[in-house]
Amino acid sequence: MEPHARKLLTIVTEAALEGKILRDLEQLGTRGHTITDARGKGRRGVRDAGWEASANIRVEVVCDAGTAQAVSAYLREHYYRDYAMTVWVIDVEVLRPEKF
Amino acid sequence: MLDPVILFFVLGIAAGLLRSELRLPAAVYELVTIVLLLAIGLKGGVELAKQPLGELLPQMVGVVAMGFLLALAAFPVLRLLGRLARVDAASIAAHYGSVSVGTYAVAVAYLGSRGVPFEEHMPLLLVLLEVPAILVGIVLARGVSRSTRWGSVMHEVFLGKGIVLLLGGLLIGWAAGPEGVVPLEPLFMDLFKGVLALFLLEMGLITAGQVGGLRRHGVFLGAFAIGMPLFSAVVGTGTAMLLGLSLGGTVVLATLAASASYIAVPAAMRISVPEANPTLSLAAALGITFPFNVLIGIPIYHAMATWVHG
Repeated sequence: MEPHARKLLTIVTEAALEGKILRDLEQLGTRGHTITDARGKGRRGVRDAGWEASANIRVEVVCDAGTAQAVSAYLREHYYRDYAMTVWVIDVEVLRPEKF
Repeated sequence: MLDPVILFFVLGIAAGLLRSELRLPAAVYELVTIVLLLAIGLKGGVELAKQPLGELLPQMVGVVAMGFLLALAAFPVLRLLGRLARVDAASIAAHYGSVSVGTYAVAVAYLGSRGVPFEEHMPLLLVLLEVPAILVGIVLARGVSRSTRWGSVMHEVFLGKGIVLLLGGLLIGWAAGPEGVVPLEPLFMDLFKGVLALFLLEMGLITAGQVGGLRRHGVFLGAFAIGMPLFSAVVGTGTAMLLGLSLGGTVVLATLAASASYIAVPAAMRISVPEANPTLSLAAALGITFPFNVLIGIPIYHAMATWVHG
């Protein structure tokens, strides 16, 4: 099987945003996602997941380049100002292109 | 003599301040919170089964009015005296108008160990008091603008963990009645104090973590975080007298009024008023007001209630 190029979009943000972001992702046309609980430190301080208000999540989405671009632009516009959020995109290869 | 459960709180604070590596796993903290909320709900529900809801209507209305009033009273103080931004003042006002279940649980344990009876349907008032301040906070921050998506705000407010579990417990207790809940008592009633001790241990650790945020935000917030609960306790005591509550009930209502939310309101504000800085409200509510109420406040409100009841 030939590998196909896709993008892996990773979002690290506040757990409080989970529901909202999943709705956004769906509307922007992604087909799936993976969420993990996360801990860490950044410009907005330590987020140690000790309890709800300091919990972080990491959302990962594999999608085509256009969708990755659209999602990052949307997130930047709607959440960067007020929320702790980091987004990055890297190249990945997938074996079943119809899935992503 | 300090109740031993309070000593667990002190242990948590000390361990946190000394940077011990102690922490409760997040899942354990969550379970402990769930057990507390359900236990409180169940207990209240059993009492509701014994009396017609109509008789409690004046109390329910009075408490909701108090919730609106407290948030509205806090806002101008924060805005004018504290010179805080409108969104921050609104968010903090919402925290202080709403209630903390943890503080309520400590008041219940406090009265229990002193053998002071109180109206057992208080959990119903606790649920009612959570909501009004959140609405006030959002309206104060935003105005009544069309852009507020009230549907998702309401979802956040009424389907948050706290309300679902408290209300669920109330309904189950009400449906099951006193005999029905007997098999559940080993977990929810007998273990209540042990669970509360674990909860307070973790709360101590979390409180200690807020101290850094507090140092940055200065004297006004510190003074507010002690002054506001004292003022609210006076309002709560007055409301309790108007509603004809017993001595114990007066202490509980004063404590409810004095407590500041740190679960329901932060989550709702984060979604509805994202511009508000969450560090400010949490540093005040958790860093100062929660320990103040738990360690010093409740005995003060007890003394106050004893005095007005003559």
